[in-house]
This record gives sequence, C-alpha cells and structure tokens, in this order.
Amino acid sequence: MTPTTTAVLVPLLPFLGAVAGFLLGRRAPGFVRPLAVLPTLAAAVLAAVTAAAVGTGPATDVATRLTPTGSVPIDLALHLDGFAVLIAVLVGVVATCVQIYSTGYLRDDPRYPSYAALVSLFTSAMLLVVYTGDLMVLLVGWEVMGICSYFLVGHYWETEAARAASLKAFLVTKLGDVPFLFGIFALAADTGTFRITGIVGSIARDGLDHPTLIALLLLAGVAGKSAQFPLHTWLPDAMAGPTPVSALIHAATMVAAGVYVVARLLPVFAASAAALVVLAVMAAVTMIGSGLAALAQDDVKRVLAYSTIGQLGYMTGALAVGDRGAAVFHLISHGAFKALLFLGAGALIHAAGTNSLSAMSRMSGLDRRVPDAYWTVTVALLALAAIPPFSGFFSKEAVLGAAEHAATGGAAGIPGAAGWTVLISGLIAALLTAGYATRLWLLAFRGSGPEAPDHSPQPLAMKAVLWVLFVPTAAFGLTAPFLPDWFDGRSLTPTLTTSVLGTGIALVGGLITYATWRHTTAPATRTAADGAATDPGRVLLGPLYRPAAAGFHLDAVYTTLFVRPVRAAAVLVRFLDREVVDTYVRAAGTGPRWLGAAVRRAQTGNVQTYLGALLAGALVLAVAAVLVATGTGA
Amino acid sequence: MTLAAASHGFLTPSGVEIAFLLVGLVTLGAAVVTVTTRQLVHAALWLVVALGGTAVEYLLLTAEFIAWVQVLIYVGSVVVLLLFGLMLTKAPIGRSPDADSGNRWAAVAVAAASAAALVWVVVDAFRATWIELGTPQGTTETTGRSLFQYWVLPFEALSVLLLAALVGAIVLSRKGTDTAAGSDGGGTAPLPAPGAAAPSGAATAPGPALREGQR
Amino acid sequence: MHLVYPAVLAALLFCTGLYGVLARRNVILVLMSVELMLNAVNLNLVAFDAWLRDTLHAGQALTLFTIAVAAAEIGIGLAIVLLVHRHRGTSDIDRLRDLADTPGTPDAATAEPQPQPDTKAEAPA
Repeated sequence: MTPTTTAVLVPLLPFLGAVAGFLLGRRAPGFVRPLAVLPTLAAAVLAAVTAAAVGTGPATDVATRLTPTGSVPIDLALHLDGFAVLIAVLVGVVATCVQIYSTGYLRDDPRYPSYAALVSLFTSAMLLVVYTGDLMVLLVGWEVMGICSYFLVGHYWETEAARAASLKAFLVTKLGDVPFLFGIFALAADTGTFRITGIVGSIARDGLDHPTLIALLLLAGVAGKSAQFPLHTWLPDAMAGPTPVSALIHAATMVAAGVYVVARLLPVFAASAAALVVLAVMAAVTMIGSGLAALAQDDVKRVLAYSTIGQLGYMTGALAVGDRGAAVFHLISHGAFKALLFLGAGALIHAAGTNSLSAMSRMSGLDRRVPDAYWTVTVALLALAAIPPFSGFFSKEAVLGAAEHAATGGAAGIPGAAGWTVLISGLIAALLTAGYATRLWLLAFRGSGPEAPDHSPQPLAMKAVLWVLFVPTAAFGLTAPFLPDWFDGRSLTPTLTTSVLGTGIALVGGLITYATWRHTTAPATRTAADGAATDPGRVLLGPLYRPAAAGFHLDAVYTTLFVRPVRAAAVLVRFLDREVVDTYVRAAGTGPRWLGAAVRRAQTGNVQTYLGALLAGALVLAVAAVLVATGTGA
Repeated sequence: MTLAAASHGFLTPSGVEIAFLLVGLVTLGAAVVTVTTRQLVHAALWLVVALGGTAVEYLLLTAEFIAWVQVLIYVGSVVVLLLFGLMLTKAPIGRSPDADSGNRWAAVAVAAASAAALVWVVVDAFRATWIELGTPQGTTETTGRSLFQYWVLPFEALSVLLLAALVGAIVLSRKGTDTAAGSDGGGTAPLPAPGAAAPSGAATAPGPALREGQR
Repeated sequence: MHLVYPAVLAALLFCTGLYGVLARRNVILVLMSVELMLNAVNLNLVAFDAWLRDTLHAGQALTLFTIAVAAAEIGIGLAIVLLVHRHRGTSDIDRLRDLADTPGTPDAATAEPQPQPDTKAEAPA
C-alpha cells in the first residue's frame, strides 16, 4: 500500500468504527469493545506504517476535488510531512491506549457503547485534522472534535458540574472558532486557495495584505482550542468528564490541534511580528498563570489540567519564536507523558476513591496499593518537570533553546522581545512546573494517616496501558537528534546554557517544594486532622493561594464582563418579546376576535333579519347599477 | 305605437284606465291591510279581496282565462288552504298584538325604498308606453290554443312538478316515519293516527284542486 | 291603456308583499305575503303580454305556470309549517332560531321578549 492509501485509511477506520458502534451499540453489546479498540489500533498501526513510508523524505501531497465550489476551490487534500505523520502516530497510540484503558475504566458504565463510538469519532476527526492539506477539511475535523468533546465532557450528564462543564467547553471553544472561521476566510480570500501548501507558497511569493489581522483571528481559534489565556477556562472544568477522556482530549490530542494548526500555518504568523509578540505574551501569561493555579489546586485532575495549559503555553511559546520543530517535539512528548499522567491519575483516583489531593495526603500506602501507577506517574512527573533524561527534558530544552536563539537575535524575522518573553516566562514556568509536580507527588504518594482503602484490583487493561505509555515518556527524548530530519531541519538537541539553567531551576523548584513540605508536615503531625495545612502550595503561594485556587477569578471576571450583560440582554429581549412584540401578536388575535364577536351578534338566527339585510343590499346594488347604467350617477 | 302613445295623455284617461285605477287602489289597499292587520283570519280574507282585485285587473287587460284561473285557484284553493293552515297551527282568533315581529321598521324602510326605486325605474322607463287593448289577448280559445300548441312540454313538466309537490306534502305531513304509511296509496286516504288526519287532508288538498284548475 | 298603471300597481303590490315577508311573525302570514308578491309578478307578465302582443302568448302561459308553481309552493310550504308547528309548538318565524351562532347569546337586533327558554325547552323535541 502506498502512503496515500494508508493515510486515507487512518482517519477512515475509526470513523467506520464509530458508525458501527453507534449502530450496533445497543443491539450487539458483545461487539462494542472490539469495535472500539480494533479500528483505533489498526489506525495507529497504519499511522506508523505511513510515518515509516513517508519518513524523512519530502512531503507527500495528494488532492482530489469532488465538486467545483466557486471562486475558492475546496479539495479533499492530504498533506503528509514529518509533522503530520508523527503527530498521527501519537494520536493513534494515545487513542488506542485510551480505548483499551476505557474498557477497564468504564466496564460497568451503561453508556459505554456511545462513549466508545464518540471516542472513535473523535480520534477520526483528529487524524483528519492532522493529515488534511485543506483548511476547510481541517475545519470539519476541528468542529467534529468540538462536538465530540462536548458529548464526552458531559458523559456524566446526571451531575450538574458535567453539564455546566460541557456547555462551557463548547461555548468557549466556539467563541474562538468564530474568529477562526473568519480568519480562514480572510486567508483564503487573500491567497485564493484553502490548500495549506498553496497558502504557504503564496505567502512566500507575494506575502499577505493583512497578516496581523488574519493571524490574530486565527489565534483566537487556536487559543480556544488549545486552552490558551484568555480562553483557557474551559479546560479545568472539562475534568468533569471521565478520566480517559481527559487523557485523550484534554491532554494529548484536541488541545494540541490548535498548536498543530499554528505549526502548519506558521508562515502566516511569521509574516506579522505583532502576531508573534501577541502569541509570545499569550504563551507567557498562560505558562506562569497556569503554573501558579496548578500549585493551588486540590483536585488531581485540575492540577493536571492546569499543567496541560502550561505545557501548551510552552508549545505556543516555541511557535512564537518561530520554531515549530520544537513545538511539535514538545507536543508529542507532552502528549505521551500527559496521557500517562492522566491515566495514572485515573488509576490513582480509582484506588483512593477521591479526586482530592488533601484527602490523599491523609492516606498512606497509596503507592503500595497501585504500584504500576506509582512508578509510571513518578516518571511522568519527572518528565513534566523536565528532569533529564526523560522526554520532557529534551522537548522543553528544545523550546527554551529556540527562545534563547531568538532572544539573542539568532532567528531572522522573529522579534527579540518575543524571544525574551518566552525564555524568561519559560524559565519561571519551569520552576513552577517542578514545584507543582513535586507537590502532586508528595501529596499523593507520601501522605500520612490511615491506610488507603482497598478497592477492587485494577484491571489488567489499565495497568498495561500505563506501561505502554511509559516507554515514550521515558525514552522519546533520545530521538531528539533524529527528529530534525522529520521536521524543518533545525537542531533540537539541548544546548548547554539552557539545559543547565532549566534543569537547575527545575531542581530548585522541586527542592523548595520538598523543603516546604517537610517543614509543614513536621508540625502537622500534631494537627493531622487539618490536611490542608500539609499543603506546601499554600505556604509557597502565600496570599496568592486563594486567587490561584480559583483560577485567578477569571471566571468571575467573565461572569461580570460577559455573562451578566448577556443575561441582562436576554432579559431585555425576553421583555421586548413578551411585552412589546407579543402585544402586536396578541392584538392581531384580539382584534379579529372582537370583530368576530361583533359580527356574531348579527347572526341572530332570525331569517327575516337576514332577508331584510339581503334585500337592502340588493336594492343598493340595483340602484347603483341603474345609476351607473344611465350615467346619471357619479 | 309611440305616436299613438304620444296622443294619449295622463290627464285624459280612458274609461278602462279609470276602472283599472280604481280597482288597483282597492287591490293595493286590500294588500296593505293583509300585511298589516293584527287579526290573522282577517288577513286571509283581505287577501281574497286583493287576489280578486288582481283577477279583475287581468280581465281589464283582456286576459280572461287567467282571470278565472286566478279566481279558481287563488281564491278558491290557496286562501282556503291558508285558512286551514291558520287553524291547524292554532293561530289566535281575534287581535293578536304580536303579529308583527321586531324588525318591522327595518321592513318598512326596505319595502319603501324598494317601492320608490321600482316605481321610479318603471315610470322612467314606460312613461310613454301605450297598450292597445283593441283585440282581446287572452280569450280561453287563444290561450288554450297556444298552451297546447307551443307550451305542451313545459305544461307536462309542470304537472310532474305538481305531482312531486303532492307526494312531498304527504311525506312531510305524515306523523313520524314508523307509522304504516305505505298502505295509504292515493294520498287522499286518511292516515291511521287521528291527529294526522287533518294535516294530511290539508296537504293533499291542493293536488286535485290544482288539477281541476289546470284543465 | 298606459303601461305605467299595471306596472306601478305591480311594483307597489310587490313591495307590499315584501314588507309582509319581512315584518310578519306568523309563518302563514309570510306565505300570504309571498302570494302577494307572486301576484304582482303575474300582473306584470299579463300587462307586458298585452303590450307586446306576443304571438306565442308567452306572458300568459308563464302566468299560468306561475300560478301552478305558487299552488305547489303553498302546498309544500304549509306542510313544512305544520311539521314545524308539530315539532316546535310554534309557527312564529322569529322563534325558529337554530341558525343563530350561539343559541345562548342574547339577541340585540330583535327585541324578542323571551325567546331563550322556549328554544331551549323545545330544542330536544
């Protein structure tokens, strides 16, 4: 099979699996699990085959046009280059892991068939986004992901939180998608095509008329999808969904879609220095803010969600300094270790019976209860904190190296300000990342108190998946010397300055947190009942703790700025509709009714009255006719 | 004819005209009393006067056969029928104060307006038209000749209509549908129920009377 | 003879009958008024026949037919009146108001004193 054939099959198989799952889900429960796992697994294998076939060679472009669509044609196009095939492999592997994990995690869930089909559909859409070479087709996958995310976040729709979170996720990402759509149209109007290769070629040839406007419009959609400030607020709430969904959608794939689109369209952003600076500032605010917020969260999954936001900030930062190789490198390694973290956290929650870190800190022996999760999560947290030799170290150093490169003026066309912003905020965020990773580990596995309750043993599927994901988490960084051949060719190996700086800062962050934890737990043995007192984040953040725990009250700000005006407008519209518009409508009904009542009074049933009226009318008509006929009238 | 009409003024009426006018006044007066009197039986009797006056007018217009048919059928059978009807519906004998319904003034207005319009149009149209009454138009012989020469088919159709009316009147005035009405073949036979005898007799009366009148 | 005399007389007779039809309460009186109107038409027919001197005597033949139809009409009409009277106990035309939109609505157009109880009581009969 040619790479094209396999690449077509990769999104198609999960899609067919999803359709079959929807159709057969209720009637044939026995087929649901194979239908969920096998197409995704096959897609992952085919994605790997495609990656091997495309390899480090030139990008493969295939397009077919089903029907003419007017001035700007829309093609069913495939664009297979190093970025696409590697991310497709990541998506396929993570999706397969999630599907296998879900068979254990949701084995008693009555809605598992639709859940599995939605995950398959989601995977298919993501793979479509990754492989497509046409922005319109990309948008289709983009929106399908949005709607799947809505359904999956709202999987436990019996709970108020899940309903609110799914709506919020949908609305906030849509808020970004509208400018994104406009941006795509503006881009197509400017370059005359929806094909990404065509757009990039056109920009290289002629440039863009309004690069800043287009880039900022696209940026809004990216910020919504990739949960960047200020549209990130949906991601922590989306943790109300099942944990595998968080692992798949909100860590490894969907949120990466925004970063991926920027990486594909990087020439558009690179054409506007202003857009790059905005991107850098956005990344900086996101990284630091999410790091602070993660340090204050009590829910394991919310810690991981904020950490996801922060790591996505690293990726956008890498894009802001024009190095998409570093961004995609970090995307892939982050996808692997964050999926592992989420799945491990799922195992942890499963074992502890709670989401709360402070509750876990009052249990001891959680590490012995779930040894697989303990070891894998520990390594994944080290990778998250960018401790060598794990994957996160290499990818983060690539980002920091690119930022340093840009800051010192080594990158042409990239503003130095963007480089400095990304570099400094990246270092601060590294400190924070190490801090919250340590805090998470200490609180979850080094708690003191009664033994953790003994729940049912973990299913094999869940354990195995953790070790499958453990491999890239631990070892993906070693591929750093070979990746440039797949990407733009820029070196991704760590430079000495940033590695020492980054690792040192990370170690400092981890040690400070550990010291604070020791400090707080020592007297806390007396007041062990107050579990929150052992939280090192509370001490470290000081007065910032409360706002950080609440996500810096951004939701409250949004409530004041947007929700209340919209509600007030809705009340006004309702008033206008009920009291003003409906008045006319009601009057339109009442008027004829009164008229009818008046006319009805004439219907007396007295035949003589009818006849009299009839004759009088006939008489008037006859006289009028005579007058007209004789010409004497009028 | 216009020349002849022009020579006859309204101020020099002929004898026939005077007679017509006088009889017409009587007829109109009787008609007005018919529709205004509060005694229902009197109304029927005044109707006889009005119809008889019309018959005289027919005679003055040289339509003698029609005049006699008018007397025979209207005065002889229709009015009698109406009287029967009045009695069978237990109409009050003597003055009944509510003989006119409430929309009397509306009726007056409509009737007066249509009278004014009709008279105006008729006078306007036929002010100068003169009827030559020299040769009688409606002797029994000529009428019979034309009736059975040119109007035979409508005449026979009309007799079918009368038969249908006869049957219809019987069906309508039978009391109930479940009585053994199939046995009273001709329609002149009295119905079994004593209460139904009078209506059936009244309803079947026009049949023979009209046939006599036609022939 | 001037045609105006019979024509005007016919018109006036017709309108008298019209008044009777519209104003009389008893159905039989209404039938009498209808007879008056028919007679007015007959008079017109005869008068115009005399004026036009029609060789077919269409006017007079038509008059005869009208008289026959009128006789049939009075027969059927009286049968109906009797039937109504037998069912409703009245032959007053303004009490027969089943055509009214809502039987319960009081009627302002006619100053009928007490139509409601009667109609209600007799409706099921």
